[in-house]
Amino acid sequence: MLRFIVSRLLQAIPVLLVVISVTFLLIHSAPGGPFSDEKAVPPEVARALEAQYKLDQPLWQQYVSYLGDVVRGDFGPSFKYSGRTVNELIAAGLPVTAELALYAMLVALFIGISAGVFAAIRPNSLQDYIPMSAAMLGICMPSFLLGPILILIFGIQLEWLPISGWGDIPGDKILPAITLGAGYAAYIARLSRGGMLEVLSQDYIRTARAKGLSERLIILKHGLRGGLIPVIAFLGPAFAGLLGGSFVVETIFQIPGLGRFYVTSAFNRDYTMILGMTIFFAGLIIVFNLLSDLLALWLNPKLRQQTRGGN
Amino acid sequence: MALLEVNNLKVSFHTRNGVVKAVDDISFSVNRGETLAIVGESGSGKSVTCYSLLDLLPKPPAVIEGGIAKFDNEDLLTCNAERMRQLRGNHIAMIFQDPMTSLNPFLTIGEQLIEPLIYHPDKTQRLSRKTAQVEAIDLLNEVGIINPTSRFNSYPHEFSGGMRQRVMIAMALINKPRLLICDEPTTALDVTIQAQILKLIKQLQKTRDVAVIFISHDLGVVAGIADKVLVMREGKTQDQNTTQEVFYNSTSDYTKKLLSAIPSGAKIKPSGAQQGSPLIAVNQLKTYFKDFSDSKNKLVKAVDDVSFGIQKGEIFGLVGESGSGKSTLGRSILQLAPITAGSVIYSGTDLGALKASQILPWRPKMQMIFQDPYASLNPRMTVYETLAEPLLYHAIANKQTVTKQVQQLMDDVGLARSSALKYPHEFSGGQRQRIAIGRAIASQPEFIVADEPVSALDVTIQAQILELILSLVDKRNLTMLFISHDLSVVRSICDRVAVMQQGKLVELADTEELWARPQMPYTQELLNAIPTADPKN
Repeated sequence: MLRFIVSRLLQAIPVLLVVISVTFLLIHSAPGGPFSDEKAVPPEVARALEAQYKLDQPLWQQYVSYLGDVVRGDFGPSFKYSGRTVNELIAAGLPVTAELALYAMLVALFIGISAGVFAAIRPNSLQDYIPMSAAMLGICMPSFLLGPILILIFGIQLEWLPISGWGDIPGDKILPAITLGAGYAAYIARLSRGGMLEVLSQDYIRTARAKGLSERLIILKHGLRGGLIPVIAFLGPAFAGLLGGSFVVETIFQIPGLGRFYVTSAFNRDYTMILGMTIFFAGLIIVFNLLSDLLALWLNPKLRQQTRGGN
Repeated sequence: MALLEVNNLKVSFHTRNGVVKAVDDISFSVNRGETLAIVGESGSGKSVTCYSLLDLLPKPPAVIEGGIAKFDNEDLLTCNAERMRQLRGNHIAMIFQDPMTSLNPFLTIGEQLIEPLIYHPDKTQRLSRKTAQVEAIDLLNEVGIINPTSRFNSYPHEFSGGMRQRVMIAMALINKPRLLICDEPTTALDVTIQAQILKLIKQLQKTRDVAVIFISHDLGVVAGIADKVLVMREGKTQDQNTTQEVFYNSTSDYTKKLLSAIPSGAKIKPSGAQQGSPLIAVNQLKTYFKDFSDSKNKLVKAVDDVSFGIQKGEIFGLVGESGSGKSTLGRSILQLAPITAGSVIYSGTDLGALKASQILPWRPKMQMIFQDPYASLNPRMTVYETLAEPLLYHAIANKQTVTKQVQQLMDDVGLARSSALKYPHEFSGGQRQRIAIGRAIASQPEFIVADEPVSALDVTIQAQILELILSLVDKRNLTMLFISHDLSVVRSICDRVAVMQQGKLVELADTEELWARPQMPYTQELLNAIPTADPKN
């Protein structure tokens, strides 16, 4: 097992290197720079700024010294938020975004799995069509549409829930979590329906039925374990996606999270911020993919033993 | 009165292509402690009959159109879902064909065994986990699992096929049912394991006084175990009587046909083997694989130091149980599996020493027929395309003559010329194997490896395909390596037989010599395990 984890982490190194190089090249080949505003800066000030941030050096030198910093875990100073490092900015925004992503994930899992399993019990009936059509709608509906609709209904019409902020008023976390989680709930519903349909057609489900077990037990005990493997495999990329994709929801609900830094840094040509966030998210995706693979492995007794043997 | 009495059972499947009558007016009865065998070829409705009794058919598309199934005076077909749940497992239990897929791979066998006890539908009879475990371990012991206490927490994949089927049997018997339905319980097992499982079922039936319905396609298996036999074909009863009557005095033409199709006795045709140096000489052949499921990457010695020769014109049989390496040996000879050591000399040429490009001219001379004609034909190619491809590729035919040659091939393997433009799925299993044989002989080979060519076929179809193979070998002067796990089939077709066990060749002799005087204990065990279609035997 340890060998598996270490080899996966070693495989991540070239991936991260490619991510860094491509991002570095792309942002430096984009027109404009961090200090080329519409307001003209005196040339000597611009030169001083560029010297301060080493932007006057040749590109390959900048690249090498940046790589050296990253290896030491230092993403450098932000170009736009003067006096603050990228590390500090990520650390400040991460807890809020992580909390939002976690709630959204819980919403997505709860709604998605129940809808998917419910649909798989009676395929090609109304019990299947209704949740699956809703899931299709959920996948198609972008969060910048769903968010305002939810605000209109539950915030303004019914006045049940607050419409902005994070942790200020009780209940203000509900709408953002649902808005962010809805698309993932829909996707999870489709995955769990597919997985359950596959498992419920297996011979061992017929055996369980022939043993006289109740339908509830057949589905919960014999079905779910195999049926949810596709969902688990999706959890890793989904969680990373939730963390990185929270920008829209954070903007709609005025949440001080990471997503907003990410997008504004691109507009601002805040080189170190863009690079730092991209590397950070790439790392998260790699780690969460590994975690969900480990979980899937642990759930399958046959694979579990093989990797245990690899120790 | 009978424990189970089924009258005029009718089941049909309502599919998009219309209504299929799977079971059409079937009646039978089973008494306490008695064994009824339901025999038929694939699609005869034998399994559907039994699944409908326990409401295990997928509905839709299945619809029970009529009939009564009285179990202890209670109609199984009309009882409600709750009552059915109480009957399943507790009064009527079932075991299935494939013990690998019929056990949940995610749960330990112990957990699966005690489920019927700890989730008993009648709450007053539920046992605690602990007492259930004790009972389950006792039962595991009774069905012949060694070290049942330590094996209790093992997963299904940690057992061999035969042991898994023992676990299935224990699971079925754990709530002491009065009727046990066995759906082809030994079909997926090796012949020696089959003999053990049949013995176990028979013995448990006596000690526990359960009635058994035994579903099988194999009359040989049935002869040794059944009191009564029901022969089904296309949903209808063909024959129904005591076992003795069915085997010795049947008036049904279909039963007679089934019985005569069972390969038995020696090969009738004289051997076509020519004297002289062998066409193929296998010398100390070794084919090893790395076992990636094992951490130390242990070597699997699939073929381990095997030597023999096949004479020109000979049908050389290769028998062994699953995992004995017989298929790997066949593929190694054709250079389709990487050889680790040793040599394969084909009329003077060492095939193993040739480079990949050098071997191409040899390919048309050596062909292969596979077990599963469903999987080995390209589903997107018509019969015409499948047969024309090797003809054109090896320049045996040109664009002008290819149609004629394809028609000739179809005549040779007994396919109607009019079906040339059909796709594989439009044919039955036997016809598909004819296509596969046609494809193999298209390149005008001298040597054919036939890997279990009749194992996936019904017995009457099997007889036809064997006859076709014999006539083709004769007509086209073929030499054949015939691989099979079925010793009766091998005896009826092969001139010489080699027995493989765990990668090694344990015995090699003329077919009748081997049958009359098997030298090695393993060969004797194999021959003894063959079920004979004779109730007195």
